[in-house]
Amino acid sequence: MTLDANQKLFAKLASIAIGMFAFGYALVPFYYEICAAWGVNSLGEVRAEPLNTQVDRTRVITIELDANSHGLPWRFKPLVNHIEVHPGELATVEYEVVNERREAVTGQAVPSYGPERAAEYFRKIECFCFSQQTLAPGETRRMPVVFVVDPKLPKDVTNIALSYTFFEVAGRGGKS
Amino acid sequence: MRGSKLLAGLAGLAAATSAYAIPWYFQTPGSQIARDVDHLHQYVMWLIIVIFVAVFGFMFWACYAHRKSKGHAAEQFHENTTVEILWTIIPAIILVIIAWPVTRVVVAQKDTSSPDITIKVTGYQWKWGYDYIKGEGEGISFVSMLSTPREQIEGNAPKGEHYLLEVDNEVVVPVGKKIRVITTAADVIHSWWVPVFGAKQDAIPGFLRDLWFKPEITGTFRSQCVELCGKEHGFMPIVVRVVSAEDYTKWVGDFKKTQLAQAEDPNKKWEPADLIARGEKVYGANCVACHQPTGKGMPPAFPPLVGSKVVTGPKEGHMDTVLNGKPGTAMAAFGKQLSDTEIAAVISYERNTWGNKSGIVQPAEVKARRK
Amino acid sequence: MSAVVHGHDHGHGHDHDHGDHGHGHHGPYGGFMRWVTTTNHKDIGTMYLWFAGFMFFVGGMMALAIRLELFHPGIQFLNPDFYNQLVTSHGLIMIFGAIMPAFVGFANWQIPMMIGAPDMAFARLNNWSFWLLPFAATLLISAYFMPGGAPGAGWTLYAPLTVQQGMGMDFTIFAVHILGMSSILGSINIITTILNMRAPGMTLMRMPLFVWTWLITAYLLVAAMPVLAGAVTMTLTDRHFGTTFFNAAGGGDPVLYQHIFWFFGHPEVYIIALPAFGVISQVIPAFSRKPLFGYASMVYATSAIAILSFIVWAHHMYTVGMPVTGQLFFMYATTLIAVPTGVKVFNWVATMWKGSLTFETPMMFAIGFLILFTLGGFTGLVLSLVPIDIQLHDTYYVVAHFHYVMVAGAMFSAFAGIYFWLPKWTGKMYNETLGQWHFWLTMIFFNMIFFVQHFLGMAGMPRRIPDYPLMFETWNQVSSIGAFGFALAQLIFIYNLFTTLKSGAPAAQKQWEGADSIDWTHLPTPAPYHTFETPPVIK
Repeated sequence: MTLDANQKLFAKLASIAIGMFAFGYALVPFYYEICAAWGVNSLGEVRAEPLNTQVDRTRVITIELDANSHGLPWRFKPLVNHIEVHPGELATVEYEVVNERREAVTGQAVPSYGPERAAEYFRKIECFCFSQQTLAPGETRRMPVVFVVDPKLPKDVTNIALSYTFFEVAGRGGKS
Repeated sequence: MRGSKLLAGLAGLAAATSAYAIPWYFQTPGSQIARDVDHLHQYVMWLIIVIFVAVFGFMFWACYAHRKSKGHAAEQFHENTTVEILWTIIPAIILVIIAWPVTRVVVAQKDTSSPDITIKVTGYQWKWGYDYIKGEGEGISFVSMLSTPREQIEGNAPKGEHYLLEVDNEVVVPVGKKIRVITTAADVIHSWWVPVFGAKQDAIPGFLRDLWFKPEITGTFRSQCVELCGKEHGFMPIVVRVVSAEDYTKWVGDFKKTQLAQAEDPNKKWEPADLIARGEKVYGANCVACHQPTGKGMPPAFPPLVGSKVVTGPKEGHMDTVLNGKPGTAMAAFGKQLSDTEIAAVISYERNTWGNKSGIVQPAEVKARRK
Repeated sequence: MSAVVHGHDHGHGHDHDHGDHGHGHHGPYGGFMRWVTTTNHKDIGTMYLWFAGFMFFVGGMMALAIRLELFHPGIQFLNPDFYNQLVTSHGLIMIFGAIMPAFVGFANWQIPMMIGAPDMAFARLNNWSFWLLPFAATLLISAYFMPGGAPGAGWTLYAPLTVQQGMGMDFTIFAVHILGMSSILGSINIITTILNMRAPGMTLMRMPLFVWTWLITAYLLVAAMPVLAGAVTMTLTDRHFGTTFFNAAGGGDPVLYQHIFWFFGHPEVYIIALPAFGVISQVIPAFSRKPLFGYASMVYATSAIAILSFIVWAHHMYTVGMPVTGQLFFMYATTLIAVPTGVKVFNWVATMWKGSLTFETPMMFAIGFLILFTLGGFTGLVLSLVPIDIQLHDTYYVVAHFHYVMVAGAMFSAFAGIYFWLPKWTGKMYNETLGQWHFWLTMIFFNMIFFVQHFLGMAGMPRRIPDYPLMFETWNQVSSIGAFGFALAQLIFIYNLFTTLKSGAPAAQKQWEGADSIDWTHLPTPAPYHTFETPPVIK
């Protein structure tokens, strides 16, 4: 075969290699799309519209509340450990956070759900996790989460753990 | 049926030998799921053994009967479409026969609904934190660390029976109840596992995962972290003690009382010698792995405390480092894991050992520094 | 740069002997520069093989250190941090420095000769592809001398543990990039050679199966290796440049790393296995004096394995918490791979069936491969089932499984290939008695090391721990003794190799009665420096 044919094949194969490198990076948004489609691991949350549904009083869902602060000098806890709600019923819970450091600190709360598939049925109307929170030195703040559990929640889910982890945003140079 | 007798025999053999010092099979199941897994495994193993013996039976026969030295002349056939189709389709069917019963157990393992007790498990480098967040025992919270003394690990003392499988605070649950465990981690990925109940789940920083188990037998069940999480990955065991319902209620009551009693008065003023002695214990349980008993550390990852600027410098900086950790390094924020008294003690110990002489810190100072 | 010098000296020394036996030894320059600048596929194949041999030694020493520490419970010799570093580099070196280059060495030597081509398509690129390797290996080893040492995160380098590691991690990332580059360039070369440079009459469906398996493997490499490059680049930027791919704080996810890594990682194990299958497909027919049974099936089965290998990756991740649907999908897809793999095993046995068998060393290793690789494949089937994997994930059962397929599989196949082709390459015959001793001792000690690790895993011993609870002591001792025995057994091979190269008996032109590829039927033994400069006509 001619040199030309070899070089053409080289170019084709090299572009496959480069394409696969790009594909590796494309896996990043793919992953989040698939997670969103399957209702797991939703990190980038949006404010939900209030549902106009009837309250389903035949079901009681226990919402377990959990709080973590990752590397932040903040004391962070829910005011209660769990509440019981009916699907379709508007509920409010409060979390309390205390900045124990001598300077202002900004954090972002990231939610997580157990089981993960409950995420798509947990509609937050108002949440401190939608935006970064800056606390002054020593400040204590109470923050609400207003939510509705979608009545379409699968029947076999009876407990949903709602967990927030606060991460520091500013002043870290991108390190975790 | 002969098959099930054989299966029972094998299970019996496994159980009997597991009672001896040389375990070779799954630990005796303590839950329905673990039992299901064991049965599935035996079922697949028998299938495998039959296929293996059949295929290599042919091969060994050929090695014997079709040897050149025996005078066997080679036939020249080299394809047969029918046979190829058969030995593609039959294995595929066997796989379906395997996958069918397995699927049921996969689905069952994921059903964490309607638990009796929910426990949150947090993986740390290198210990576990437990919070009972719902059900009887709610509010109980503790850190569970390896309690095997370092001398045993380093070979300076004989190893105890539960070497590397013992902790200071065990997880206690009542028998026969569905326990839901929510896992997360504070730093890197860990993994929580109790083999006797067939329950394992990774603990991922920033996320929750859940698993469930329903213990059917009482006893103490031991296991280890099962995802590489750094230096002391092999030294953060998991111990679950399953007790009767009454014993559980008693434990809950006792634990809460002890928790209250142990919350030491942070305003107490300690004698230096007592504080330093207490600090040495805290150091030995929390700091020695990285900073070493000599205080020399293992630089640069684990800096020395001997003559260090932080330890010999202002108390405020030292307290901040211990309370809040150092982001981007392995130095964790111990403020959450240790009390004011423990932190004051360990700081005082560090400031008065290995030639350091930089003063004492009282618990009240630590408490003030937290705010 | 001892890796370079070592690989160098041996290749240099020995090929001089080879050349002196007089078959058109090339060129105005000998010595060091010949090896640095050679574009000859045989020279380059030789260098890959010497390099791989040296790296097996380095990786093997690390394994011995690991097994020494694990002989008794307690920490005796290695602190846990250094232990993790050894575990990590043992994996990286064996995979990227030893087994993969070994099979590339076979590819370089054999592919042109088997298809009637004078050399590889891109001869100079071939030289660069090799020389990248000692450089990368040096980077990898030099990580140990950086502050903080080499990374201790396992060869799988999961985030966010890798974000915590010291500077040695960055050296490792660069080494992985360079190793990947070498593999990708080598694969492009192999594909182009096979597609464009076959002699007239050498149609695709007449090529020796070894060539087919390398063609398919090369495509796998081109597709999968760049994804690994992406994963480690993301780790690099997460470490230093403020990205948060794997950090929940910035909207990232540690599990994302695992998906990207294993998207590469699963095809990677087939990248290692398929050339091994190819070697076996040459050896078994030769010693059965019978054509390979079901040639077309073998080609289709290999292709099926390659394609399926892209859709099974998350069976390495059953415990990360993925939804049930995900677990089920990956479980079904993974069990499916057993079908074409089974077809291959049946075909090899059918090749032996009613043949006229002799059992020289290459055939012994091939039979050993057949039995033990299949055993490893079966434990893979066990692991593919989610509920069982929940109990076995990250335990020694997994360690046993992959060593069965990688060592008793790929490495035995590499030994089979060396014994099979050494006469063709050097014109000298190895000592058959020593070869048999090497095989049997390797076989026995291998099983001693790894069979008992299945027990350890089932009994509950996790992976990647330097110390363990008392109940695991007995099997750990058996395994460690086996490791030392295994290492000593390899000395027999080294002795055999060196004495053969120095003063081995002359080999016959067609040393193996049943060998029928054109390298055996159309070429002198040893093969001249340049072969098929005029393409043969294959009737």
